[in-house]
Amino acid sequence: MSKKQHYKITVNGKEEEFLAEPRELLIYTLRERLNITGPHIGCETSHCGACTVTIDGKSVKACTMFVAQADGKDITTIEGIGGPDDLHPLQKAFKEHHGLQCGYCTPGMITRATKLLEENPKPTEEEIRFGMAGNLCRCTGYQNIVKSIMAAAAEMNAAKEATE
Amino acid sequence: MKDEVTSRDDRIANLKGMGCSRKRVEDARFTQGKGNYVDDIKLDGMIFGDFVRSPYAHARIKSIDTAAALEVPGVLAVLTAKDLEPLGLHWMPTLAGDKQMVLADGKVLFQGQEVAFVVAEDRFAAADGIEAVEVEYEELEVLVDPFKSMESDVVLREDTVDEAGKLVDGAHGPRKHHNHIFTWEAGDKDPTFEVIEAAEVVAEETMYYHRTHPCPLETCGCVALMDKVNGKLTLWGTFQAPHAIRTVVSLISGIEEHNIRVISPDIGGGFGNKVGAYPGYVCSVVASIVTGKPVKWIEDRMDNLMTTAFARDYWMKGRISATKDGKITGLHCHVTADHGGFDACADPTKFPAGFMNICTGSYDIPTAFLEVNGVYTNKAPGGVSYRCSFRVTEAVYFIERMIEVLAIELHMDAAELRRINFIKKEQFPYTAALGWEYDSGDYHTAWDKALKTVDYDALRAEQAQRVEDFKAGKTRSLMGIGLSFFTEIVGAGPVKNCDILGLGMFDSCEIRIHPTGSAIARLGTISQGQGHATTFAQILASEIGLPADSITIEEGDTDTAPYGLGTYGSRSTPVAGAATAMAGRKIRAKAQMIAAYLLEVHDDDVEFDVDRFVVKGVPERFKTMKEIAFAAYNQAIPGIEPGLEAVSYYDPPNMTYPFGAYVCVMDIDVDTGVPDIRRFYALDDCGTRINPMVIEGQIHGGLTEALAVALGQEIAYDDMGNVQTGTLMDFFLPTAWEVPNYETDYTVTPSPHHPIGAKGVGESPHVGGVPCFSNAVQDAFRAFGLRHTNMPHDHWRIWKTANELGLHG
Repeated sequence: MSKKQHYKITVNGKEEEFLAEPRELLIYTLRERLNITGPHIGCETSHCGACTVTIDGKSVKACTMFVAQADGKDITTIEGIGGPDDLHPLQKAFKEHHGLQCGYCTPGMITRATKLLEENPKPTEEEIRFGMAGNLCRCTGYQNIVKSIMAAAAEMNAAKEATE
Repeated sequence: MKDEVTSRDDRIANLKGMGCSRKRVEDARFTQGKGNYVDDIKLDGMIFGDFVRSPYAHARIKSIDTAAALEVPGVLAVLTAKDLEPLGLHWMPTLAGDKQMVLADGKVLFQGQEVAFVVAEDRFAAADGIEAVEVEYEELEVLVDPFKSMESDVVLREDTVDEAGKLVDGAHGPRKHHNHIFTWEAGDKDPTFEVIEAAEVVAEETMYYHRTHPCPLETCGCVALMDKVNGKLTLWGTFQAPHAIRTVVSLISGIEEHNIRVISPDIGGGFGNKVGAYPGYVCSVVASIVTGKPVKWIEDRMDNLMTTAFARDYWMKGRISATKDGKITGLHCHVTADHGGFDACADPTKFPAGFMNICTGSYDIPTAFLEVNGVYTNKAPGGVSYRCSFRVTEAVYFIERMIEVLAIELHMDAAELRRINFIKKEQFPYTAALGWEYDSGDYHTAWDKALKTVDYDALRAEQAQRVEDFKAGKTRSLMGIGLSFFTEIVGAGPVKNCDILGLGMFDSCEIRIHPTGSAIARLGTISQGQGHATTFAQILASEIGLPADSITIEEGDTDTAPYGLGTYGSRSTPVAGAATAMAGRKIRAKAQMIAAYLLEVHDDDVEFDVDRFVVKGVPERFKTMKEIAFAAYNQAIPGIEPGLEAVSYYDPPNMTYPFGAYVCVMDIDVDTGVPDIRRFYALDDCGTRINPMVIEGQIHGGLTEALAVALGQEIAYDDMGNVQTGTLMDFFLPTAWEVPNYETDYTVTPSPHHPIGAKGVGESPHVGGVPCFSNAVQDAFRAFGLRHTNMPHDHWRIWKTANELGLHG
């Protein structure tokens, strides 16, 4: 056990300040300290991606990052991506194309997909499969996840073209 | 009364009943991060428990010193077997009639076994406490090979021998050796051996179906809360069978069942991992009783892979006989089953090897004999049905490999060999040589459709050309065509022969119709991703004529749901789905009487039509189900009780027998051993289809789990009993990158005994997929003399096969 330190992070636009041991893993900070339970824990070794969040514009697996490493950072979780009144196109597409079953990987999956589509707004199927390979799903076989992301990309691109 | 929806087709569409691809109602919460899984539960004053686990696979425990751990800041208590013994909880019964140590009682039998339970204010303090517990072990000889175990003088389980040195009978009969658990036989031994010995052609093969693990993305866990004021125990957890868990907790703790409430919240995948009872549940309950606080226990991934619920681990020796022209005459299967340190298989009690006796597959085999020997070793307990009905994956793999080997022996095409041996449509209901009565099937139609769709003959021609090109040095790639035709046996099961610890394997549904025409239905099952809240509402919508969108489905709370045996072995649709339909029909029967009263005609003069009862021959005179529901609550109808509710407990008369035809086309790089799946065609017949979208999703997922098992996933041990594959670095879970797109197709052969004709589908793709992927790999090398090689076919093993066949020059 080590001494508690003062940390300040921004989660989904809200500034959070607290005392924590530096060894606390960010996923527990989110889930247990801040009650943000969308990101899940599947492996604690960075393999499964259930804990994926966005930190300063990059997809990060929160299970293998100490809270100390997240100090001062801006974090987005699934809760910050869209809610009942402002669903993200990906959230809609995952439902529409049956891109989930048990739902456990889904928050990490969608969070990762938001970044993938920012990095590459018009991905091919192959690019989606490669870009999502850090997120494991045991239920869907990925086929409908790929389909969901393709559909969301098309919708987002159409919306963008309509406003340009 | 005027109806908003007028045309009959519109009224049907409005229900979103059976047969439509209704979007899932579960998805809103899951896509917004608002699922409620067990680790999301947070209670006032909640503390955490975690295990000290054995680093050794077989050792005597000389001492456990907890003093230093109790000094660690945040640590509240440390439980050992000595603390549990006065409560009689240091051992617990397993589902297989054996017993299992909750905490190590004098010795450990597998690496990772639970030795002590550290309870602390948070998980980090618990981890610190675990480090500080001092356990002194004396290492013992380790047995990881079941064949050696059956010959060894080393006694793994001291309760297998009495004080006089005599063998004590096991739960399923006498033991042959102190490390032997049971022998289970089906079929006729002597006639089978006579047929095989006299046969024109016999193919023999030994195959190992390796140990693996269901590995759902969410591990197992629970939260226990003993409310000492009211004497009530609440247990939230990842339970695939919450009612069975309640009964088991009551039986082993002595707490009356009405004082126990078991709740399965959202479950992040099960696949068989979450059927059994684990030491973590017992220790959490005890810790809550001791501390008076809610106690949470959550496995980490290593705990999960190393200790709870392995699958498979069957050594299968087969002999199959046939006439010269390929008509199969007999089948013999001998299994040595590695059960690890405790027999904790999750099978119906009378079936210690599950439904392995479905191993005659889809074929009309006149005589057969099966023998399964269960053996103790120094491996983790389990033996669960990983995305399959009980041991059906093993059975189907066995027969589908034996067919391929027989085809090699006969110099025949394996597709044709299957075709000439299929049970014919007119033979159903068909009683197989090992005892099961297959309810229905039309195998030839499915097979012909599959082969035609993939253009089988063209594939074989292409493959032959590839072999020629390879031999001529024009390519380094070979082509494999994997075939499998499977028959599942699901929907356990009839109470006359299926029970778990004496609990009959019926299931249940209870419906309440609300006055304004919406409803809630509760079931004894629990979804782990299957989408029950969506699909069971569809069954009801079609049965009772209220829109699926107006029906809430609730499962998993034993205080509110009717008793049922849970969700595994594809039993939800065959059993609880049937209960749902039957309960719906009870609602409809009462609604008919109410409608007749409202329409002032005799009960027999009204008939059900989609969403209403109409006066026969007078379609403009009707009462909608919505109107009837309201009347049930506001009219005093002579001879009819107010309200509109029904409950059904359904005891299925038989299992259901889904089947399917799969074809996999694969290119294999001979120099790297890397397979490239270029096509996978899956035709499934699950009887009546409730939601095609959900079925398709299940098939994609099951095939991917099959790909994993066939091509790389395993729980491997070294000679010291160390687990070699305890993290996701070593344990293969396919990513989106490795997985192909699947083509799905179907035929519909409804189950004749199921109220809606449905058979269950969640596990078929896994059961049929594993042999299909494996056969594809093996078929690629058939032209070079390969007869059989064991799974998992990872790149290294495929390369090795090519090398052993001399294909590397």
